[in-house]
Amino acid sequence: MKKTTLFDIISPVMIGPSSSHTAGAVRLGLLAKHIYKNTPKKVKFTLYNSYAHTGKGHGTEKGLLAGVLGLDVDDRRIKDIFNSDIAKNIDYTFSYADNFKKHPNTVDMVFDDSMFVSGESVGAGEVAIRKINDFNVKLTGRYNNLILVYKDKPGMISQVTNLLQKEGINIAFLNCDRNAKGQEASMIIEIDGKMNTSIEDEILKIPDVYFVTYVEKLEN
Amino acid sequence: MDTFEQLYKECLTKNKTIYQAAQENMAIEADISVDKVRSFALKSLFEMKEAIRSGLISKELSMSGMCGQDCYKVQQYYKKQNSMFGKLFEKIIEYALATSEENIRMGRIVACPTAGSCGIVPAALIAISEEYNCSEFEQINALITAGEIGRIISLKVALAGAVAGCQAECGVASAMAAAAVCQLRNGRVSQILNASALALKNVLGLTCDPVAGLVEVPCVKRNPFLAVHAITAAELALCDVESKIPLDEVVDAMGQTGALMSPMLKESSQAGLAVTKTGLKVQKQVFD
Ligand code: SF4
Repeated sequence: MKKTTLFDIISPVMIGPSSSHTAGAVRLGLLAKHIYKNTPKKVKFTLYNSYAHTGKGHGTEKGLLAGVLGLDVDDRRIKDIFNSDIAKNIDYTFSYADNFKKHPNTVDMVFDDSMFVSGESVGAGEVAIRKINDFNVKLTGRYNNLILVYKDKPGMISQVTNLLQKEGINIAFLNCDRNAKGQEASMIIEIDGKMNTSIEDEILKIPDVYFVTYVEKLEN
Repeated sequence: MDTFEQLYKECLTKNKTIYQAAQENMAIEADISVDKVRSFALKSLFEMKEAIRSGLISKELSMSGMCGQDCYKVQQYYKKQNSMFGKLFEKIIEYALATSEENIRMGRIVACPTAGSCGIVPAALIAISEEYNCSEFEQINALITAGEIGRIISLKVALAGAVAGCQAECGVASAMAAAAVCQLRNGRVSQILNASALALKNVLGLTCDPVAGLVEVPCVKRNPFLAVHAITAAELALCDVESKIPLDEVVDAMGQTGALMSPMLKESSQAGLAVTKTGLKVQKQVFD
């Protein structure tokens, strides 16, 4: 885990009242939007456990929607997001459930009936996306990440890492997962520094890579 | 620098103050200039003042309706009647309430170190700065000093009510505020560390038992209490009163106390104030 710095202690500037239930919610929405690459027309949120029970008093729903709409944790529009102009063209629903197998602050999001993302607010405003569609992932927004879904067959990892190496990109961390069917696999690569988005297209040219997305770390 | 002892030695041998050592370290770590570090702190300072400004003129209730008008009440009273402790005391109470009430009505605040404890450092730092006409330069020095205290504590104990109780949130904020005030009053490095130790030592065991699971009761009012608490610690330290237990060891004690604290008293709202007769009644009102 990243060591706490002086900056972490005297920031973030944020909309209150809770780093886990408000700022964390904004970050989860924002990460999901970045993974999706677009603002969805329709989003379904399911809040679990503490998020479901105390979310209302903490503005958790507002934070999630604001994040999906691209607002940052310090944006004053969060407070009144449901009546805001930028929320006019998005169709959103919230439902609530208990599932004690899940982290206390969990949210599932479905974008345009096509992408499923599940995330957790793990404390002090830190968050992690734990699932994208069928894949287990860990995306914290602390680093620049490259996410891939591809056919599960030998040699894929080296093809991707070779390509990155050629571009002079340093890999800080790499994590793979297979989905239940064993036909598709996912890769999350944390990289040092920034990546040119054109590399996404290069990676997509590798045969049997189905999906690539580059998610930059969150500013706040 | 991972301990206060190391920080103290660094300051002593290189003839630096805490903020100098801290800003240089941060600059190296983030690979930026010291000026950038200071402008980051200035932005936080600016937002702290903004939060106070907005909080002082608002009467809006929180989403639960439990809190939001105490700062207003205090100001009304002080218009008619001076505080027993004078103007500075009034300001500290008002600024702390203004900030923490801004937080619970979804206003913009600076988490310092957390959102629940956001009123403590600004109230002490800004009220004292106004009283003594401290320059912006001095205020930034004080905020960086406070941040460094929080940073080193957080290397041993996570600053979260869910992990170590409120001693790790409002308690640490108070230790940070004590250091900031001591820096503003030109305290020596040893006095600054003492101020933090004295403040933290006095809140060991503080639990986190918020009513209805919301950052409101007891959090909002705990902010003015602990801002004043920080001034007491700073004054004692400036008089060269020493904490018999050094700050590093106080932090160890806080970590141990947090680990021994029942999970029911760590932000889960399963004990303490949250389950009092009135606490439960409020919870029912808020969520049903
Ligand atoms: S009581 Fe708990 S929620 Fe409230 S400020 Fe303290 S640590 Fe935060």
